[in-house]
Amino acid sequence: MPVITYRDALNQALREEMQRDDRVFLMGEEVAVYNGAYKVSKGLLAEFGEMRVVDTPITELGFAGIGVGAAMVGLRPIIEFMTWNFALLAIDQVVNAAAKMLYMSGGQFKMPMVFRGPNGAALQLSAQHSQAWESWLAHIPGLKVVTPGTPADAKGLLKSAIRDDNPVCFLEGEMLYNTKGEVPDDPDLTIPLGKAELKREGDHATIVTHGKMALVAVQVADQLAKEGIRVDVVDLRTVRPMDTEAVYASVRKTNRCVVLEEGWELCGVGAQVVDYVQRECFDHLDAPVLRVHQADVPMPYAKQIEKLAKPDAAKTIAAVKQVLYLDP
Amino acid sequence: MATKVMMEALSPTMEEGRLVKWLKDEGDAVKSGDTLAEVETDKAIMELVARGDGVLRARLIPEETTTPVGQLIAVIAGPDEDIAALTGGAAPAAPEANAAPASPAPASPAPAPEPAAAPNPAPDIKAEKAEAPAPRTPLAQAHGHESEQARHAADNGGRTLASPLARRMASEAGVEIDAIRGSGPGGRVVRKDVEAAASAPRQAPIAAPQTETSSASAPAPSPAAAPAPAGSSYRDVPLTSIRKTIARRLAESIGPVPTFYLTAEFDMGKVFELRTQLAAMGDEFKASVNDVVLKAVAVALTMHPEVNAHWMGDAIRYFDRVDLGMAVAIPDGLITPVIRDAHAKRLGQIGREAKELAGRARERKLKPEEFTGSTFSVSNLGMFGIDQFTAIINPPEAAILAVGATEDKAVVVNGAVEVRKRMRVTLSCDHRIIDGALGAKFLQTLRRLIENPLMLL
Repeated sequence: MPVITYRDALNQALREEMQRDDRVFLMGEEVAVYNGAYKVSKGLLAEFGEMRVVDTPITELGFAGIGVGAAMVGLRPIIEFMTWNFALLAIDQVVNAAAKMLYMSGGQFKMPMVFRGPNGAALQLSAQHSQAWESWLAHIPGLKVVTPGTPADAKGLLKSAIRDDNPVCFLEGEMLYNTKGEVPDDPDLTIPLGKAELKREGDHATIVTHGKMALVAVQVADQLAKEGIRVDVVDLRTVRPMDTEAVYASVRKTNRCVVLEEGWELCGVGAQVVDYVQRECFDHLDAPVLRVHQADVPMPYAKQIEKLAKPDAAKTIAAVKQVLYLDP
Repeated sequence: MATKVMMEALSPTMEEGRLVKWLKDEGDAVKSGDTLAEVETDKAIMELVARGDGVLRARLIPEETTTPVGQLIAVIAGPDEDIAALTGGAAPAAPEANAAPASPAPASPAPAPEPAAAPNPAPDIKAEKAEAPAPRTPLAQAHGHESEQARHAADNGGRTLASPLARRMASEAGVEIDAIRGSGPGGRVVRKDVEAAASAPRQAPIAAPQTETSSASAPAPSPAAAPAPAGSSYRDVPLTSIRKTIARRLAESIGPVPTFYLTAEFDMGKVFELRTQLAAMGDEFKASVNDVVLKAVAVALTMHPEVNAHWMGDAIRYFDRVDLGMAVAIPDGLITPVIRDAHAKRLGQIGREAKELAGRARERKLKPEEFTGSTFSVSNLGMFGIDQFTAIINPPEAAILAVGATEDKAVVVNGAVEVRKRMRVTLSCDHRIIDGALGAKFLQTLRRLIENPLMLL
């Protein structure tokens, strides 16, 4: 199986879906001539031309709205935000237009569109450019929120997102673009939205996670395995709709749960997971469910403090040991 | 991060352990899995191993010391880590010249929650208990962890802390959750504790569910806990928590406590005269026979403080005050609420308190401190028409007085047979504390007081 980068996996997904369906087009800042701020759209302008790979001014609200309109008339737009931090300027189109259209038009207008771009912190991009938005977006009925953590998931989930008739927020990661992994060489590789994947299997404790943190969780599992602690890593992959059955199955097996996410604590995705778990797995819990997340501060710029503020493997290991009643 | 070394339950039934020998010295580097000490359990000498890496910074108990399971006995930490919070400030006497107070490790701004940073409250509570006037019983010491759990239970409104999983497993295994020692934070019962309890052979009989035997003819029997239908020969009812406690306490008493019994019959004529006079003064002055007995016992105890005592194992503790226990029957057992400072209270006050405590006892609304720590107990079955009986001592108390019914009897007075009101009492004495003559003198005093109740007023 070919080993490719997360970036190339996304590029393959875009190319294959644009080849497959000529209603699909890509629009955003620097996506065409510059080949994408992160080179995800490399080569697409040359292959598909400027009608389907469209550079826009720095006007997020404007081009997001054009995307909504295009979707209403039957096209399948992919709107790239240079990062999700910039999507705040377009949030009215995402939340009030795209997410509500099917409902408020009485089912007349589908919204077969994807909003995509990098999410969460990279390195030293400071407070305004280091934010994880999935809990904001997942709050909205009408949106699907997808957070792939590996190249294979990136490809399979983006293809599914493009084929979906609902607006999908597709959250990538700047730090993920260069990560490599095996990706099946299959133009019909799709991964259903709303299905979690067990990325590591163990019976002592469960780590529920998504997005970039899936990699951290896998590292944690491998490290703990050396100490004889076997951990289930449930990668949600899609935050909304959430594969709660996968979470329940794992927690009912291990009786202990840690929820790891990139974003902040209050009203985070993990808060919702904890709620589901306490309700559906109450009689299976042998310890309180713990969460690992970003510190409750704007992301610091200073390198060392930024590191302290981020969730990481060490913090996750400590939490796993705590739910196992082991001293860290 | 520092690792707390606890006295661990090295056998499923172990409640305390004697530290036989330390195998590491303070300052030794230790790794997880290293043997720290030899511990004598209720069954054998076992190895206590380190659960973390670092330096054995403090050994908190000397060799040949017995401590309850769960007690902090040592701390493993980094060589310079501040462990004062763990050792409760009473840090190791270890001569750590370099780590001394020089650098009080500026509390790093690490935002991550640090559960271990919370000072262990256990030492403080212990100290407080030691000073409290109400004595910890030797039983509580012998079963240190249980008392610790009881303390946690008291902190939580009497509720045993347990994980939801542990509760479910215990219920499925037919094990009473209250009877399981919790190894988790705050004494929380967690999965492994239930597994240990369920696999302990002594639990097996309890596992039998509450079902009736045979009677296959009756389809879908009503689940009501009605008496066994005709045809069945018995039914099993799992023990309630209070029934278990009663069984344990009383068995402990009748076993190791060398008890002897002294019976006397008192003339109650003057007590009845007194009652009549008091009743004539108004309802608020009414006194029962039991009130008079309680008052008389309290006064007699101040005159014979040697009877107002606890057996402490290696000492006898004599009390200056009389905290009088009073056995009360409640729907599923009995409980002994305590009238505090009974020696200093008037008859009417004792009567009111006795009535109020008994009422709340039957409603099961007593707080733990209201039924523990008595110095002497009285059990009265007179209202059931019992002439005379022997009561079982409530350890560690030195004695208990069993009071029978007051009845008209023919007695010889000055050579003639007369009808008199008589009451029999039996004093059960722990012979380790009370010798025959002492018990007899106490009853003599009690007789004088009850037969001349004006002495009580």
